Amino acid sequence: MPHGRAGMSAARQNGAEAATLATPPAKAQDERLRRSSPFAALLRRPELGAIGGLVLVLVFFGITANSAMFTLNGLMTVLNPSAQLGIMGVAAALLMIGGEFDLSIGSMVAFAGLVLGVLMIQLHLPLLVAVLGTLVVAALVGAVNGQLVIRTRLPSFIVTLAFLFILRGLSLVGLKLATGGSTQMRGFHPLVEASSLAPFFSGNAFGGVFRFLAAHHVIESLPDGSPAAPGVPIAVVWFVLITALATWVLLRTKLGNWIFASGGDANAARNSGVPVDLVKTGLFMVTACSAALVAVLTVFDAGSTDAMRGLQKEFQAVIAAVIGGCLLTGGYGSAIGAFFGSIIFGIVSIGLTYTSFDSDWFQVFLGAMLLVAVIFNNGLRRRVTGER
Amino acid sequence: MSAALDQFPAAAANPAASPRIDTPLIEIRDVRKEFGHVIALAGVSLTVRAGEVLCLLGDNGAGKSTLIKTLSGVHRPTSGSFMVDGKPAAFSGPRDALNAGIATVFQDLAMIPLMSVTRNFFMGREPTRGVWPFRRVDFKQCRDVTHAEMRRIGIDVRDPDQAVGTLSGGERQCVAIARAVYFGAKVLILDEPTSALGVAQTSMVLKYINLVKSRGLGVIFITHNVRHAYAVGDSFTVLNRGRTLGTYRKDEIAMDALQTLMAGGKELQDLSSELGGTV
Repeated sequence: MPHGRAGMSAARQNGAEAATLATPPAKAQDERLRRSSPFAALLRRPELGAIGGLVLVLVFFGITANSAMFTLNGLMTVLNPSAQLGIMGVAAALLMIGGEFDLSIGSMVAFAGLVLGVLMIQLHLPLLVAVLGTLVVAALVGAVNGQLVIRTRLPSFIVTLAFLFILRGLSLVGLKLATGGSTQMRGFHPLVEASSLAPFFSGNAFGGVFRFLAAHHVIESLPDGSPAAPGVPIAVVWFVLITALATWVLLRTKLGNWIFASGGDANAARNSGVPVDLVKTGLFMVTACSAALVAVLTVFDAGSTDAMRGLQKEFQAVIAAVIGGCLLTGGYGSAIGAFFGSIIFGIVSIGLTYTSFDSDWFQVFLGAMLLVAVIFNNGLRRRVTGER
Repeated sequence: MSAALDQFPAAAANPAASPRIDTPLIEIRDVRKEFGHVIALAGVSLTVRAGEVLCLLGDNGAGKSTLIKTLSGVHRPTSGSFMVDGKPAAFSGPRDALNAGIATVFQDLAMIPLMSVTRNFFMGREPTRGVWPFRRVDFKQCRDVTHAEMRRIGIDVRDPDQAVGTLSGGERQCVAIARAVYFGAKVLILDEPTSALGVAQTSMVLKYINLVKSRGLGVIFITHNVRHAYAVGDSFTVLNRGRTLGTYRKDEIAMDALQTLMAGGKELQDLSSELGGTV
């Protein structure tokens, strides 16, 4: 350590004279080290890029979009697709921090829809049992993904790319077998409406609060007195809860530390006693379950499932995670970042319909966003690790 | 050294050194390790005592790595005796060695550059508080401990929340050693801790090794740099082609003789004279 050496040895001698002191009294301040201000600490946060991006996107649509986008109803319209992507985006972020990818989650949405349909419509199982059964099947597929990656030591990119096709194909074949030739399965609505647990998986939450606020003219109401926005879509509630949970786990728990460690350097983590294989397998199971949850929410919303559900969602989820500050190499990122990344995604995909632009610009925008985010994140990593 | 001792009170996690000073912490006799037809160790003996630095010297291919892995529980010796604290040891994995108080700081240090010093320090051994499902890592304690330990090493100037990647090589080495000491190591095996470091950083690490020794730990310091070995070593074991050539106390051997012995004698002397005595 070239810096602060003289100061340190001076401090040691002081310590000898005042041997009762447990620690050296004088702190050797390194003159080459700038005091790290709260601002500098903020610059090291992985979410920074996503928040910056969100501000940019809001400014852009603030100028170009119809003001209807910025009403409460417009906000809910934007947040619903954000949430449907974001539930997977946050899980994908955890997996990316853990050093792996899952490209099969888009197909998993369709596959879980098929499983849900078979359990509910064909086997007439109660809603809760069908939902739990779907999650268990998804978790098993996730575990298979994880174990394949760990045992073959192949990149997860390849293994899960295989499952992207396998699950999509199984969804097509399975739906045709189950329905006798159709790639769609209908008839969820009556079953959902009959269940007392339906409010957890479909419709809007906080309807009462919204009606109360509309009645007191706090929020916009329709001519008949009902609120313009009927409530918060249930997917948004799940999205917020999952983000909060993921953030807590990442930043405050043992498991969170293990996720960072597994992605940062699996070998070093293993040498320190971190059960890397268990952590990674668990993360694959979580991402698969997140896709299954999205399947449940969207199927109950639409009343039907379709073999093409979740097409390209795997890439969008990765984009949300990367915009949110996750490094492709693992070991760094945040759940909150993926949360904002998904909201950016929702704003752009829905927002363009509020503008005079052709909404097909969406994909261009998304690609450009991804590129900027990756370049930005690389710079961020250099700043964090002090690479030059 | 007394000043350093005062500043280095035994950490709570680290029990005081064994009262039976005369029993070696580790003693191995004629240890052989064969991998199929390859004889990696052909009879190695060494002894590590509390409060001593044993330097393990040997050129490339001398069997240093195999020996470390055997001591740290990765490999099981094919034959020979392996005593820890006077009792025969049969480790079935690195965990067992760690539980017996033998901690190895490998060259990759088991540190993750993108993670903070605190998170690295407690990686795999995070203290928690609260009851499940609200059980969380006690980051305040982690931060305080890390800060205190870093201060002892002398890298107090910075913030324990910064990434390990921002530390210099010497600082990383010291943090890795501090971590092993904090978690109750009785014997530290340091695998070429000074091999990639500059002069100032090397001296920082060597000073720290001295400090660890003064706390009553046994240290096995693996190096192929005789000068570094001579600076902190109490005894020297020289390995060559999987065999111990001999063990010498510091007052029994001069640095030059050690160098010659390590390099296998005559060839290096010839080379050395060709290069004008600079090797």
